Amino acid sequence: MLRLALKMLYGDVAKFVMLLGGLTFCSLLMTQQSGVFCGLMLWTTSTLRNVRAPIWVCDAKVEQINEVVPLRDVEVSRVRSVEGVDWAVPLYWGMIQARLQNGTFQPIQLTGLDSATMVGRPVKMTAGDIDDLRLPNAVIVDQLALKKFKRKGYDLKVGDTFEINDKEARVVGICHADQSFLGQPYVYTTYERALEYAPRQRKMLSFILVKPKDNVSEAEVVQRIRKIPGLSAYTEAELTNRTIDWYIKYTGIPISFGTVVLLGAIVGIAIAGQTFYLFVHENVRHLAALKAMGASGTLLAEMVFLQAFSVGVAGYGLGTGLTSIFGSIFMKVGEPPFYLPWQVLAFVGAVIVLICLFSASIGLLKVLRAEPAVVFR
Amino acid sequence: MSHMDARLAVETRQLTKTFGRGDNAVQALKGVDFNARCGELIMIVGPSGCGKTTLLSVICGTMKANEGYVNVFGTDMSAMSAGALTKFRGQNVGFIFQQFNLIPTWNILENASVPLLLNGAGKRKAEDEAARLLTEVGLGKRLEAYPNQLSGGQQQRVAIARALVHEPRLLICDEPTASLDAATGRKVLELLKTSACRPDRCVIVVTHDSRIFQFADRIAEMEDGVVKTITEADKYQAHPL
Repeated sequence: MLRLALKMLYGDVAKFVMLLGGLTFCSLLMTQQSGVFCGLMLWTTSTLRNVRAPIWVCDAKVEQINEVVPLRDVEVSRVRSVEGVDWAVPLYWGMIQARLQNGTFQPIQLTGLDSATMVGRPVKMTAGDIDDLRLPNAVIVDQLALKKFKRKGYDLKVGDTFEINDKEARVVGICHADQSFLGQPYVYTTYERALEYAPRQRKMLSFILVKPKDNVSEAEVVQRIRKIPGLSAYTEAELTNRTIDWYIKYTGIPISFGTVVLLGAIVGIAIAGQTFYLFVHENVRHLAALKAMGASGTLLAEMVFLQAFSVGVAGYGLGTGLTSIFGSIFMKVGEPPFYLPWQVLAFVGAVIVLICLFSASIGLLKVLRAEPAVVFR
Repeated sequence: MSHMDARLAVETRQLTKTFGRGDNAVQALKGVDFNARCGELIMIVGPSGCGKTTLLSVICGTMKANEGYVNVFGTDMSAMSAGALTKFRGQNVGFIFQQFNLIPTWNILENASVPLLLNGAGKRKAEDEAARLLTEVGLGKRLEAYPNQLSGGQQQRVAIARALVHEPRLLICDEPTASLDAATGRKVLELLKTSACRPDRCVIVVTHDSRIFQFADRIAEMEDGVVKTITEADKYQAHPL
């Protein structure tokens, strides 16, 4: 009977297509928007992924990675003296203007690495050699810089120069870096040279990158560093969560995306609920005939739920499949941001299940309320 | 089990059924006494609104009477729960409806096999039996056809096959010829008479159609919520309905 229940649904092509379309659209809208939201949240923590360090030390007032409260250079030595610290190196990170040879300006995220160890260097070089960063005026730019500079009429390549704060910067390499929420390219140089490029301030150190000794846990070292007045320390995971939490709490981004996701769910409920109710309404006479012929309430419920859930699964599959196609295109192009964790798929799946439950329930009520004697009228 | 005559398939006593409440209440059955015997085709006739279909619904267990007694093949239907009634109907009652009630998205083989599937038979067994009956009613070459590809007469033949596929002891037919032209209606009744009537089975037909009275063994005439007479068909004098 359950096979026939599915045939009953698929045979009504117009309603089946309408139901499938509604649930696919709902699933697509919710998954795609959630994917873009998660991608955007991932962008907010790109500096953490581009630099990579077990522990990040910063000013105690810093709330998230994209906020810099400069420290004194001497803090590096203080951190190095903390028990359990294997090594600690300075990092400069700040937004600054680059002036291209054609006179146009481009904001960049200047990242100054410790010149001795190159801790925090780009993971993937697409041109040039990271060691060349030690050459005079050397910088390494990411692939976004090429795109941004090109948009401003300057086709940047290894060997070219541009100016940062009236000082020459010579491109010695091109790397791959995760795109940031701020939307500007990463430009890597040494810490000392970054201090020359950046406008002079009393304090210039942005972060201290720390690795604990092998036999000491990250949490333990973090606790010890936090005892130094004016400093705070976080593991990479802590700072990632702290940054995402900050954006969720203090920006309107979740409300904006949440509204679209909610609309997707409402559209799904409205279309699927209404169409399924209509489908059951039009078939109530046939279902009542089955009831008269001996179909139990349980069997009819199984049939109605199977119909609702089969179209739900198909709609979910199509919606998430289309989202994956969009996502792979977005990721190739580089924007808009996109990241589809399993939690989004589970959430959207749960919403689709709720929509199917709702649709099937209102349909089932109609069926159960129908007296089998209706077939004689 | 009942104390009723072993030859009686259906017996009702003082059945009453009221729809609605207060000023809007309509009493459809006003103390109906009725019986149908094993092996006979009995027709319930009467003007519109006299309670024929309500009586039929109560006899087959798709509706509960307010008061009175219904016994079908020795089972007291008035004392049964809704679940037990559903099971009883599935095993013992076959239905032929005025509007056929074939499910349009299922082919006729699937439609005709439904009662067996509802009784727990496997797909293969149900379809084999349905195919046999459809062949018997002359539709053996159109097993894959859908209801909307068939004429009204052919659809009613499918309904007959569906009603008989699980070997029910009671066959309930509600205006089986109302949607058919005279010639087709006559053929359907001939088919019903030859394929459905058996010594251990009772066929109850509700109809307005006086042209098919000749196929009945007995005729029960209803008026204003009561069965006025139950007459042998050959002695029945048809009144304008």
